[in-house]
Amino acid sequence: MTAALVRDLGDLAHRAAHASGGCCCPPPVVLADREDGTVVRSGPVVAKAHAAGTDTADLAARLGLAAGAEHAATLLAPLPRTDPAELHGRPVTLWPHGEPVDPGDPDAAPWEEAGALLARLHRTEVRRPLPAMRGPVKAALAVARMRTARPGDPAVEPVLTAWHGLPGWARGEAPSPAGRGAYLCHGDLHLGQLVRHPAPHGSWLLIDVDDAGLGDPAWDLARPAAWYAAGLLPPEVWLRFLDAYRAGGGPAVPGDGDPWPALDVPARALTVQTAALAWAKSAAEGRAPDEVERVMTDACARIASLPPELAAEHTS
Amino acid sequence: MQCPKCHAQMHTYNRNGIQIEQCSGCRGIFLDYGELETLTRIESQWTQQAPPPPAPPQAYPSAPAPAWGAPHHGGHHGHYRQKSFGRMLFSS
Repeated sequence: MTAALVRDLGDLAHRAAHASGGCCCPPPVVLADREDGTVVRSGPVVAKAHAAGTDTADLAARLGLAAGAEHAATLLAPLPRTDPAELHGRPVTLWPHGEPVDPGDPDAAPWEEAGALLARLHRTEVRRPLPAMRGPVKAALAVARMRTARPGDPAVEPVLTAWHGLPGWARGEAPSPAGRGAYLCHGDLHLGQLVRHPAPHGSWLLIDVDDAGLGDPAWDLARPAAWYAAGLLPPEVWLRFLDAYRAGGGPAVPGDGDPWPALDVPARALTVQTAALAWAKSAAEGRAPDEVERVMTDACARIASLPPELAAEHTS
Repeated sequence: MQCPKCHAQMHTYNRNGIQIEQCSGCRGIFLDYGELETLTRIESQWTQQAPPPPAPPQAYPSAPAPAWGAPHHGGHHGHYRQKSFGRMLFSS
């Protein structure tokens, strides 16, 4: 089923790349093949099959967002569609190919550009109806996946304890606190979400709007924040990202001083999400989590040891 | 009670008989008269019991970190160039 989907996505991208036949294109390349997104490239066109069960109205709103002229310098715009909008029961979209970040060269990663792009996105006035940003829901899905993959495993207890210490909004169970939930957010920022378009030397843009929507903008800073807090991301790299975000006038954190009052809850949620996915993925691969993955569980253990009255929200 | 700084709701906690109000918005803490002295006294009792902590080396310009952050001395920054962390940087 996945092989057939990949083949059909390749055909679709190839047809979109040039209407007439008789070409010498290289065979289509699979860029990603997961339940939540299968992505195949043929030359200048990338075809994406979104998750089965994707809310098509929400997806249409998010595609409208990416296509919006006001986001041309922030979000990669989709290609207009002529082909069927569904393959093998999954909604399909077409995108121009962009040059991704080189995974083999972390020093060359565009941290400043990532910070500046997020600041610009978060500052954009919201002019269209949009669904909620899916960050908290994805964290909850990651925890559910871990529970299924490792039922009753005592090793995942620190992850679950850290999860239960989070307020309901960060677990996708309640709306964001008043005044924090109405910003335009990407919802799933990592270094795989930046491309240069036109490839290979164009401007950096954000891709993958599947989780974008309205929410707390601190969520988009929370994954790098979680890596930094866990001791994985060096402080100087974290500060390059954070300072660029602040220089761009991003509203998620105050312009100076300690950013952690705003980052703390989302960064704890992303720490849990990352640890939970590591436990789920390593179980699926029949191995123990590696050293780097364990660092995130160590961070969960420190979160779990916080005094509960400071970790959870109580009203007197 | 409302936070004097950001006017969000303050929440009350009881720690070792000391009542602490923490703001749900900016997380600032409000202490009643005498509570700071009580905390200082409890802290000094604690540090008298514990051996003095070693001074952490300041290899990097200090960046604020959360209470649950990894200790910076002997941290994990050697992982930065590891393949596994490279994969983590690029995945959801």
